Amino acid sequence: MATQASFIGQKNKKDQVYTDPWKMMQEAERTPSFFTGSEVIKEAVRRASCDIMVAYPITPQSEAAALCGELFAEGYIGDYFRGESEFAVMSQCAGAAFGGARVFTTTAGPGTMRAMENFPMWAGARLPIQMIVTCRGINSPLSIQPDTLEIAYLMQTGMLVWHAETAQDFYDWILKGYMVSEEPDVHLPLALCCDGFFVTHTKDMVDLTPVDMCLPPYDPYRSPVPCMDMECPPVRMMRDPFVMKSNYISYATHASWQQEVWAAVERSRKHTIRWMDGLVDTENTDADIIVVASGTAVSQSREAIAILEEEGIRVGLVKVKTLRPWPGEEIREATKHAKHIIVPEFNVIGWLAREVRATVQNNERVHAGPHVCGGMTMPPEIIASEIKTLLGIKSEALSARGS
Amino acid sequence: MSKERIKIAEELYDIMPAEYQDLVKRATYGNETRGWKDIGNAKELIEEHSLCAGCPESMAFRYILASLPNPEDTVMVGSTGCTSLVFPHVAVHNIHSLFGNQNAIASGLKRALSVRFPDRHKDVVVLAGDGATVDIGLDMTLQAWFRQEKFTTICFDNELYANTGGQESGLMQKGFVAKMAPVGKTFEKVRLPEIARESGCHYVVNCTVSKPNLIEKVIKNAVHIAREIGPTYLQLYTPCILEIGKNSMEGLQEMRDSEKPSERFAYKEYVSEPAKELLAELAAKEKERKAEAKRQLASQTVTV
Repeated sequence: MATQASFIGQKNKKDQVYTDPWKMMQEAERTPSFFTGSEVIKEAVRRASCDIMVAYPITPQSEAAALCGELFAEGYIGDYFRGESEFAVMSQCAGAAFGGARVFTTTAGPGTMRAMENFPMWAGARLPIQMIVTCRGINSPLSIQPDTLEIAYLMQTGMLVWHAETAQDFYDWILKGYMVSEEPDVHLPLALCCDGFFVTHTKDMVDLTPVDMCLPPYDPYRSPVPCMDMECPPVRMMRDPFVMKSNYISYATHASWQQEVWAAVERSRKHTIRWMDGLVDTENTDADIIVVASGTAVSQSREAIAILEEEGIRVGLVKVKTLRPWPGEEIREATKHAKHIIVPEFNVIGWLAREVRATVQNNERVHAGPHVCGGMTMPPEIIASEIKTLLGIKSEALSARGS
Repeated sequence: MSKERIKIAEELYDIMPAEYQDLVKRATYGNETRGWKDIGNAKELIEEHSLCAGCPESMAFRYILASLPNPEDTVMVGSTGCTSLVFPHVAVHNIHSLFGNQNAIASGLKRALSVRFPDRHKDVVVLAGDGATVDIGLDMTLQAWFRQEKFTTICFDNELYANTGGQESGLMQKGFVAKMAPVGKTFEKVRLPEIARESGCHYVVNCTVSKPNLIEKVIKNAVHIAREIGPTYLQLYTPCILEIGKNSMEGLQEMRDSEKPSERFAYKEYVSEPAKELLAELAAKEKERKAEAKRQLASQTVTV
């Protein structure tokens, strides 16, 4: 089997050139394009040399999943089909990845929850599948509105979990995501999350890499576990299947493998820092007040910071790009001078605030909120107001603004 | 996979386990005429396993592994249950991921192998119990057939959940008293063979594993038809002697009793028209191969 490097410079059947990923992502000329988030997903996948995509309709990812079907019809993806449920889809993705394919899928909200049993299995089986999660409500009564609660569950699965703020993040991270998750010392699935509708259904300027360049194909023989294609020796795996054994060796095997999966998440750190220029982006971290946020809460926080700046209140910002690996050291460093750490979120439980509280010294500084959920928007004014309240400054009653 | 791939480097030969050395020397990978008669003469693709003594499932495993037409390029997909205790001892690549998702795994796997190896046959064979196939995984079992996914589904039907200790399953007979069916199962055994036919399977067989030559035939047919045409389904009675109150040596008789003409495992077969044509072609080729072998043998005898 040829290695990835040997493909570079060759053309695929769509006349795209397999390009050194670093050159393609960091050096190639970019073309500004005005696209919806869903279209951006399609454009990234067009350049990702995917072998298999499995699709299933659920708002707000249905459009992206259908657009990838068009890519298949055009010949950019090896195979594509609609599964019967998210549980089945994620198992179909697993089967394809076990067979050595580069796999892409998308899901959202209740779909993520229905498929949940698959995710620790993906991580444990070291399958570098990429799953786009366009977050939406998972509550009852039925909701299709933006809400990031599902990310709290994904963070415990052993998958890499990244949280995109903008369509540009999305475009770059889909392609860079494969580069990180397919590293032999990582080889884990990636949940690339965004806030549904806000990112998927709005148009934005996105700088695209050249359409005639694509990633080199996935090389399944760089995997730390055997590819299930009968191209390497099919040895007996163990004398006693661990599943049935209640003994120390069995426990130690399971325990060490779980630890290895999480160690692989940690090992992704260095690759992620290189590709993404750090796990966080920071601004004005010498300020007394720091907002720590991920996803579109970052965009809203930027607006709030601008509002406060006009009033003479200086606020810094930490944009959390990756949730797994968790940028604990980076957040401790960025918030070490802060008197107040504000964590605005689009979910009811405040999972990001919990993580930040578990990370920083003197965590009474962490203020969980404002929270919006169930599809509520987060106007910058409520973030500004919350910060002012915290500082003991009276602000205009927001309820007076009307509905 | 070429057999070269499993060869052992000379320097490392003595530290490899004896069963692996044996596999390299005497396994029947790449042997077109392989079948159940190799059992006892060649290295089997299954090691000692941890099933109960006398379990008919172990017989079924041995016959199936001896009969796969192309084990050097076959990947098997299992599910949770007694079969998942055996797969770690099997010398073809096999996947266990979750309970009930075996036909979804196989769908993705078969497509990936077709994309990656467009010019070669890579067979996929699912082997799971009746709980996995008919209860928790029914949706994915049927949907793979609707989509005409090109792999074989084998159900080891022991009419209950054996590995968890004998609970009611959809393939259990009506009236049978079991755990979770404390007053007897209240509905009929699910008629999956008929459902398989209606769902688009091109080859469906319902039988026991009492006869190794029969298992060899149906496995070869099922794999070839799945490779060339579309989904195939085998429902094989592998009674759980433990849970039906039998002794270790009574499994074979239990199967023989259950395959009598009036019984629920009387041999039943459905073959679609395109599958019939394929089987006729294969039979003609096999006849030609045997005739050729005879001619060769005759000419050799003359020269000697």
